[in-house]
Amino acid sequence: MQTVTAGSWLDPLVHAGRRAFSFLERTGRAGLFLLRVLQSIPSVLLRPGLIMQQLFSVGVLTIVIVLVAGAFVGLVLGLQGYNVLVRFNAEASLGTFVGLTLVRELGPVVTALLFAGRAGSALTAELGLMKATEQFSGLEMMAVDPYKRVLAPRMLAGFISMPLLAGIFSAVGVLGGYFIGVGLLGVDAGAYWAQMQNSVDFYEDLMTGFWKSLAFGFAATWVALFEGYDAEPTAEGVGRATTRSVVSASLLVLGLNFVLTALLLETNP
Amino acid sequence: MEAWVGLFVAAGCVALFMLAMKVSNLSTISAGDGYEIIARFGNIGGLAVRSPVRASGVLVGRVSDISYDTRSFEAMVTMSIEKQFNQFPTDTTASIFTAGLLGEQYVSLTPGAEEEVMKQGDTIMFSDSAMVLERIIGKIVTDKLSE
Amino acid sequence: MSASPASDILIRVRGLTFRRGERVIFENIDLDFRRGRITAIMGPSGTGKTTLLKLISAQLIPEAGTIEVDGQNIHTLSQTDLFELRKRMGMLFQSGALLTDLTVFENVAYPLREHTQLSERMIRYLVLAKLQAVGLRGAAQLLPAELSGGMARRVALARAIALDPMMIMYDEPFSGQDPISMGVLIKLIHAMNDNLGLTSIIVSHDVKETSSIADHIYVISDGRIMDQGSPAELDRTASEWAQQFLKGLPDGPVRFHYPARDYAEDLFEN
Ligand SMILES: Nc1ncnc2c1ncn2[C@@H]1O[C@H](COP(=O)(O)OP(=O)(O)OP(=O)(O)O)[C@@H](O)[C@H]1O
Ligand SMILES: [Mg+2]
Repeated sequence: MQTVTAGSWLDPLVHAGRRAFSFLERTGRAGLFLLRVLQSIPSVLLRPGLIMQQLFSVGVLTIVIVLVAGAFVGLVLGLQGYNVLVRFNAEASLGTFVGLTLVRELGPVVTALLFAGRAGSALTAELGLMKATEQFSGLEMMAVDPYKRVLAPRMLAGFISMPLLAGIFSAVGVLGGYFIGVGLLGVDAGAYWAQMQNSVDFYEDLMTGFWKSLAFGFAATWVALFEGYDAEPTAEGVGRATTRSVVSASLLVLGLNFVLTALLLETNP
Repeated sequence: MEAWVGLFVAAGCVALFMLAMKVSNLSTISAGDGYEIIARFGNIGGLAVRSPVRASGVLVGRVSDISYDTRSFEAMVTMSIEKQFNQFPTDTTASIFTAGLLGEQYVSLTPGAEEEVMKQGDTIMFSDSAMVLERIIGKIVTDKLSE
Repeated sequence: MSASPASDILIRVRGLTFRRGERVIFENIDLDFRRGRITAIMGPSGTGKTTLLKLISAQLIPEAGTIEVDGQNIHTLSQTDLFELRKRMGMLFQSGALLTDLTVFENVAYPLREHTQLSERMIRYLVLAKLQAVGLRGAAQLLPAELSGGMARRVALARAIALDPMMIMYDEPFSGQDPISMGVLIKLIHAMNDNLGLTSIIVSHDVKETSSIADHIYVISDGRIMDQGSPAELDRTASEWAQQFLKGLPDGPVRFHYPARDYAEDLFEN
């Protein structure tokens, strides 16, 4: 690396190479990290108290924002859907529109983005702070494995919480669409539910959304934990890690959504 | 704290249950204990697996398989009919209709007058193919021309 | 326990070399820590005293050399064996390293809950006894964020002795303590050593206090051992370097500055 002198025309290349290398290196470390966390999960199952605690801070504290967001998204879907469908005299299909959009896409994706912003950033900040104050070293010196006691319960809680949160989001959204469509705009209540049931398939649509939300929960929690555990042990380091955690988790969720949608459509033509 | 977590998990499960029973078609999927009958069509249009099968507009089953018979050059549509609707006569007619102008396509069963009813694996004798828009337009145009 | 020379030494450091990037922290040093004694490590700020403790407890891995704790090479142990050994090694971190979401009581109880099957009554009894020893029984229900730096370090000490280890490493136990708690801490460390046969390693800048309890002192700087001996021996040492450091004289061979280039050169650079 020192053979290339400063100011050389090669500088941008060298710079790009270094960045690519450090990206690969970080990805590798994140992979090994995930492996160790997953290996530690069986030992956590013996400690339901630890999981309980994390379900509270990861799941319960995210529920309000998910409820509010789900309601608003459902209201907007009701309005927009009605306005488009009424032009074709097809406003009875509002249920189809609201149900499919929420269950297949918006439920899992928007919930995952909210999850990354609320629970993910909190996890990263908490772990970063623990690192900055040497709590991980402290645990290791007490012969306690931080992977088993700190990281694995959080991973498990994220994994369990996401599908539940996404389900709550979709359910509230469907009710929001009902409120606008049936309550305010006069769509027939029976048609709303019947059209929805007719077009939302349990296996193809609902389960697709469910698998997606599991995958997103897994990915977002992984990123949040790794960024926190890998944070530079200073105040700025923790701040940077928190920002990076939300940005990377959100991008990862959106990218993963595309890949999963393509894959799941492929298998159910 | 435990109470809150309990509430959270319960709310999540209720939401998932509601999505399954009220939003998706899980409550209408029969547990596979119906019977299957087969119909042949010259053209099935946009009919797909899981399309509804209706009689007088009532959902009685779903399309479970679609294949192409290379000997008769026809589409073979297998329909799974729920077991409580086991009184279709053997001269029932199957037609492919479209719900609304742009809606989904479905198979409509119109019962005939025979005493004998269809059982698992029977084939429907009479069928009307899907209305394909281009063909209808083409027909109107040739009718006009030949007038 | 027979006083054979081999088992007399609890921790044996041989040929230890450690680097942080380009910077050499230790260069081929040998150290011995005797069972049941108080050994002090002294040296200027930033020489690697904390690093040495982390090497001894296998939180860091040396570049060369071996560290044996109780006859076992600590860097080749499996995680299970290492954790078994660490249950018998207490460490007082410079920053305290308390778990921020647990109360003082729960922090001290933590190692007991993790590693023993004691009843709640027994745990309460033990925790309150340890907190009483460091004078913070009244603070049992406070959170770490509500403690001062000196208090946090005393809680950390109570936690370090919760499992009654065979040895304790103290990183700067005296800094941030007022004269009274300092006196109590010195007595406490001394008493644990005498009564429980604990082996102690103290890292400290406080020459007077450390000399008053240490059996043996290593003075390290620039990756080397500059001097060693009992407090009395060091007091009479011929080493000009050790004299300056122990007496706190501004002039002498010890550099106060972190390695740097010439001051004038730095100032007049354009
Ligand atoms: N994580 C790290 N990465 C890189 N360098 C480090 C790291 N931790 C410590 N160092 C360097 O190692 C050297 C020794 O640090 P150490 O904390 O062991 O010093 P110390 O002797 O305990 O000092 P003090 O008396 O101030 O606590 C310092 O010069 C420091 O710059
Ligand atoms: Mg230090």
